[in-house]
Amino acid sequence: MRGLVPLSRAMLLGFVRDRMALFFTLLFPLMFLVLFGGIFSFDTQARSEVLQVGDVPILDRAPREQVGEVDITRVDDLAAAIDQVGKGDADAAVEQHGDELVLHFSRADQVQAATVQGTIGSFVSAANQAVSGEPPRYRLRAEQVEDDSLEAIQFLTPGLLGWAIAMSATFGAALTLVTWRKSRLLRKLRLAPVPTASIVGARVGVSMLVALVQMAVFLGLAMAFFGLRLTGSWWMAIPLVLVATLSFLAIGLLAGAVTRTPESASGLANLIVLPMAFLSGSFFPLEGAPAWLQAISRALPLRHLNEGMLDVMVRGLGPSAAWAPIGVLLGFGLVVGLIAVRLFRWEAD
Amino acid sequence: MNVVIEVRDLRKSYSGVAAVDGISFVARPGEFFGILGPNGAGKTTTLEMIEGLRKPDSGAISLLGRSPWPRDEELLPRIGVQLQASAFFEQMTAREQIRTFAALYGVPDRRADEMLETVGLVDKADTRTEKLSGGQQQRLAIACSLVHDPEVVFLDEPTSGLDPQARRNLWDLLRSINEAGRTVVLTTHYMDEAEALCDRVAIMDHGRILKLDSPAALVRGLDAPLHISVEAAAIAPADARGLAGVEHVSEDGSSVMLTTRDAQSVLAELARRSALEGLQVRGAGLEDVFLDLTGREYRA
Repeated sequence: MRGLVPLSRAMLLGFVRDRMALFFTLLFPLMFLVLFGGIFSFDTQARSEVLQVGDVPILDRAPREQVGEVDITRVDDLAAAIDQVGKGDADAAVEQHGDELVLHFSRADQVQAATVQGTIGSFVSAANQAVSGEPPRYRLRAEQVEDDSLEAIQFLTPGLLGWAIAMSATFGAALTLVTWRKSRLLRKLRLAPVPTASIVGARVGVSMLVALVQMAVFLGLAMAFFGLRLTGSWWMAIPLVLVATLSFLAIGLLAGAVTRTPESASGLANLIVLPMAFLSGSFFPLEGAPAWLQAISRALPLRHLNEGMLDVMVRGLGPSAAWAPIGVLLGFGLVVGLIAVRLFRWEAD
Repeated sequence: MNVVIEVRDLRKSYSGVAAVDGISFVARPGEFFGILGPNGAGKTTTLEMIEGLRKPDSGAISLLGRSPWPRDEELLPRIGVQLQASAFFEQMTAREQIRTFAALYGVPDRRADEMLETVGLVDKADTRTEKLSGGQQQRLAIACSLVHDPEVVFLDEPTSGLDPQARRNLWDLLRSINEAGRTVVLTTHYMDEAEALCDRVAIMDHGRILKLDSPAALVRGLDAPLHISVEAAAIAPADARGLAGVEHVSEDGSSVMLTTRDAQSVLAELARRSALEGLQVRGAGLEDVFLDLTGREYRA
């Protein structure tokens, strides 16, 4: 294919010399990784803070390993302690009257309220059981289904990487098309003995290369600084990312075909990519979302990329877990690509 | 082959309005062919149809013996097209641009560098295109459309928006392209440009060719009078009116202007009276031809 190499080179040069493009492709999504990684890792370490008002013998007698789960501070004034709980400065206040333990909590943070009730409740059970003088017959052992290494970063990295790839491929295709059409460079290419396949091929090749670089940088940084651990057949994420790039290029070509100026093209690309990222669980999990939202989300290519990457990169599933998303992504790219070809225009007028 | 371009009864209309309304002409090998007319005359549409960028509604075009529509990848390497707007890749230097265009035609880098030298841009080779001046961008665009050594070159308003010095420089370049044996087709709305460069000029207005000939023949065919002016002190207007062959006399304080179709006897008489101080003679130009053809003043 004549022209494939010089056109690829020209697109690549145009990309690496454009500081804004570099920023939005690499640095901007990484900023989110650092930001989210920081927020969520702090959140998982949060412990319950309990105010102990006066003497609470049950707490004093509780086993060491149980007390380790809460931070206990001794105070004397009950009213002040309740006030602190109300303001959210402490999670609960505990006082003991004879055999009765009274727990003051706030409904404002329901998760903490439940945690602290459970913890203190277990202290009471332990104390009752100790009084009975018999060894405990039943035990509870809680086991997490995922790998032990499962932390926020494990879920964040695939989603944010998916969003970053969607952004750069969609914008790359839309802006190349509109800018080249507006500057009449497309016309120059149409007047050169270069097949259309070379122009498309160059764009596809460059976008795939950029996506792989994004992937390498993302995974590299997440592993080095945030403790990301790849599981199982993580390498299946590579073909996933490549076919997803085709889908996003098709979306970008469509956006470029129906707009005239670079400004409106990037506006439209934003209008598509940002909601798609939210609906595809790039920023937070979709488990709690209503069914109709889930249905919409399953029509979006980014959802399938994210799910596929989660399966093979952090859920430890085998390579076959990637086949279904790869098929969906190829189909999506084909359908949207054909629509984009039909709407394609060489000329601005 | 002694015909490079043959156009017969070409028509193109946009939403019912005829942009090109039945034009026919022939351009010969090595010819510098001009299409002159005001904006909206249909020059660019005509050029785009010949280049194969637009499909004519009706009529026939033969370019180097082939049909430019539909897109013919065999024909494309034989033509060079310079567009009105400078179409370049983003973020690339002048040398990278021309080498990229060369590579699209399978032309080696060495030839691209030579072309950069031909248009005098060697010292700007490492400058990004967006930092070049308007004239330099135009020269680079022309170099990019010549890098594959085409037989026919199309130039669409190459000097519009340039300052006078840059225009003159570009004219020299365009002449040398033509002198190298290439057929050049140029559209312009500048009368002086058509007169200075073209072997033959088609004057276009409202989608039609009004007249087609060499600039000199077009002007000669007018039988337009000459304007001779001398200093006001050299001859009194009343005396000037009395000279044989003078049709009209006007004065503006500093000079006296005589209008005549018999320049020979009027100039001889002025010389005999030693009244040639501040002599200026202005003949008719293509503006007058346009005025004569359309009955209205030429406005680019």
